[in-house]
Amino acid sequence: MRTRARTAGAGTSPEPGAADDRARRLHGDSGPADRLFRAVATSGGSLVLAVMLLVGGFLTYRAWQALRVAKWSFLTTAAWEPDAHHVGIAAVITGTVLIAAVAIVFAVPLAIGTALYISEYAPPRLRRTLISTIDLMAAVPSVIYGLWGLFFLQGKVIGLARWLSTYFGWFPLFKVDNADPHDPLATATVYTASTFIAGMVVAMMVTPIICSIIREVFSQAPVGEREGAYALGATRWGMIRAVVLPYGTGGMIGGTMLGLGRALGETIGVYLVISPVFEIQPHILQAGTSSVSSLIALRYGEASQFGMSALMAAGLALFLMTLVVNFVASSIVARSRSGATAE
Amino acid sequence: MTTDAMEAMDAPDATAAQRTTLPRRGTGAAEPRRSTSGLHDSDYFAVFGAAAASLALTWLFFSRLAPFSGLLGFVVFAYVLFLVLYAILVSYDEDGPAVRDRITSVIVHSLAAVLLLALVFVVVYTMWSGRKALPHLNFFTQDMTNAGPLQPLTIGGSRHALIGTLIQIAIALALTVPVGLLAAVFLNEVPGRYARLVRTVVEAMTALPSIVAGLFVYATAILALGVEKSGFAASLAISVMMLPIIIRAADVVIRLVPGTLREASYALGSPRWRTVWHVVLPTARSGLTTAVILGTARGIGETSPVLLTAGYTAVTNYDPVHGPMVSLPLATFEFVKSPQPTMIARGFGTAALLLVLVLLLFVAARLIGGRAAGELSRRGVHRRVVASRRDKRRMDERRTARGLAGVTAGAAAMSYPAHPDRPEHPGTGPAQGVDGS
Repeated sequence: MRTRARTAGAGTSPEPGAADDRARRLHGDSGPADRLFRAVATSGGSLVLAVMLLVGGFLTYRAWQALRVAKWSFLTTAAWEPDAHHVGIAAVITGTVLIAAVAIVFAVPLAIGTALYISEYAPPRLRRTLISTIDLMAAVPSVIYGLWGLFFLQGKVIGLARWLSTYFGWFPLFKVDNADPHDPLATATVYTASTFIAGMVVAMMVTPIICSIIREVFSQAPVGEREGAYALGATRWGMIRAVVLPYGTGGMIGGTMLGLGRALGETIGVYLVISPVFEIQPHILQAGTSSVSSLIALRYGEASQFGMSALMAAGLALFLMTLVVNFVASSIVARSRSGATAE
Repeated sequence: MTTDAMEAMDAPDATAAQRTTLPRRGTGAAEPRRSTSGLHDSDYFAVFGAAAASLALTWLFFSRLAPFSGLLGFVVFAYVLFLVLYAILVSYDEDGPAVRDRITSVIVHSLAAVLLLALVFVVVYTMWSGRKALPHLNFFTQDMTNAGPLQPLTIGGSRHALIGTLIQIAIALALTVPVGLLAAVFLNEVPGRYARLVRTVVEAMTALPSIVAGLFVYATAILALGVEKSGFAASLAISVMMLPIIIRAADVVIRLVPGTLREASYALGSPRWRTVWHVVLPTARSGLTTAVILGTARGIGETSPVLLTAGYTAVTNYDPVHGPMVSLPLATFEFVKSPQPTMIARGFGTAALLLVLVLLLFVAARLIGGRAAGELSRRGVHRRVVASRRDKRRMDERRTARGLAGVTAGAAAMSYPAHPDRPEHPGTGPAQGVDGS
């Protein structure tokens, strides 16, 4: 299709002699039916725009009440006591970012490996099936990953968490308070419901998203340069390193950030796994963490007027964060494909 | 190139180099055919040898030499050992770049295997854990009215959640599909600065976390407007979340409709709305269906917006406007929060039901869609051919009718069936989709 469009475009390009031929306006007015169509389509677009602006505007408006009371300390307060007008998102944002970071650390190598496998190593007959499988993985509801994390993963990860905290506890992130690795009777509950486990669950949800974006960018690496690399005697990995990876760098970064945007907003998977605490908790292996979305799910019911406003402010902060991440990501992805797509 | 020629080239002797050597025929056995495949027996030997050696060594370490234990540790240790041994084995035959190539190949394969296994495992684990609840027929035909947490699995089920899910997603689809498709058509057919603004805002809204969509509907519809917690409020929340997803997917699909088709339609003098209705939308039909179905799969599985807006109930509620209405993900979530094993079993049963629903939707999307815009299945091509023949017959009839009325010969010269037995090319002509009406 693309080549045909291109040749058609070449055919209609102006002759050198006809330089004074101005571009004419193509679609003129073709009757009242068309004007009606344009009006209906525009109103559809305007409706969507209105709904979306309403969501954003209403969030900001309702959040304003809490933000006016809490001022800048909203960003630095860790406690969440809306009745005492003492609220802040320092703890929940920290938890959210840490969970998303753990998720990305697990998801990115898996996603890049799988994307490379599908675009470079897999037999062509299998390729479509594999792509569908990855898409299916993205469609599995998050509550199912949450169940899996709560009932299966939790028990299996304790050993790894204990090992990490025992031998790498000198690294602040891996430190676990109140844990004595030399006590054989010590309870394992200090290692459960942690950022680490929540991050692994979220990783399962974001890996397919990252993978499908990276795979698409990889598969768009130019064939000529691939063949050129092979013709110069490169091995398959040599070709990948010289052609596919440099070409897909933007896609890898952008896909990772899009996954990060999803990871920041995950609710149910996180909510099922963690046990919430409202203090800044940088130890990822230790029980107790929190995230903005699970805070909302936990506290929306008993919220007063001010509490609701504070939750809105937290939701707005989360939304702004995912918004910035997503915009940067999609601009990176769009730029990385420059000239490769049809439009 | 024969061995003689090789020798001739290799030989530094001048006289030998000047002589043209013809390949001798029929002497000796035929040269054995060389394998051009990238894989040789030695590669398999290296893989299996390294695997066996690493397993044996790891076992030795874990049971005899070092105080190691644990399955995960065993696997990781064996894997790293396998990589090292494999590199050593390959390095006997190959040079540095080839060794690196083999090692990365192994790593890429194992990463993909880990991810795919994890997916299969999640699906199988959910189904397997649902095996206690699913065989009971009452699980599908009863709700939880008579079943407390301590009742056995032979009482109670998730009928209320299934019905609630279907009602909620139906309302959400009725809201999002017309608006979403109209907006996608707007983005493509009325281009300009305003469309770009709408596209940017829609893209921004895909970043909206689902819990915030739920919170928005909770604060506006339930707290401010006084709508009670109900299936309708949940549908609104799901719609806010699904709308940007459907618009973006449909936008991409409509953008892929070949410009030549549009131009052909305009060239025939059809106005814009006819072009959209008869060319653009039919060409993109399979892609649009896929977009809607995938959006539905996302909407069905969302828990957090429903958690805030639908409320929880144990009875079946057919009325979306009054009273709380539970859905499958929400029921799963509420069931597994209970410490009772039977409730957890019910939760897994509900999760399995939800997963089956999503899988069915997904398979339907793949069966319908998965093709590029304008690409037709065999039956689609057949339908196009039949429609073309019908058009031709109709035009012929009209022409003969006009001919009887005494129209000038110009019309006859313009109409195409100058060769009535012209062979049709179902692969090219109709598949272009120009006669998509």
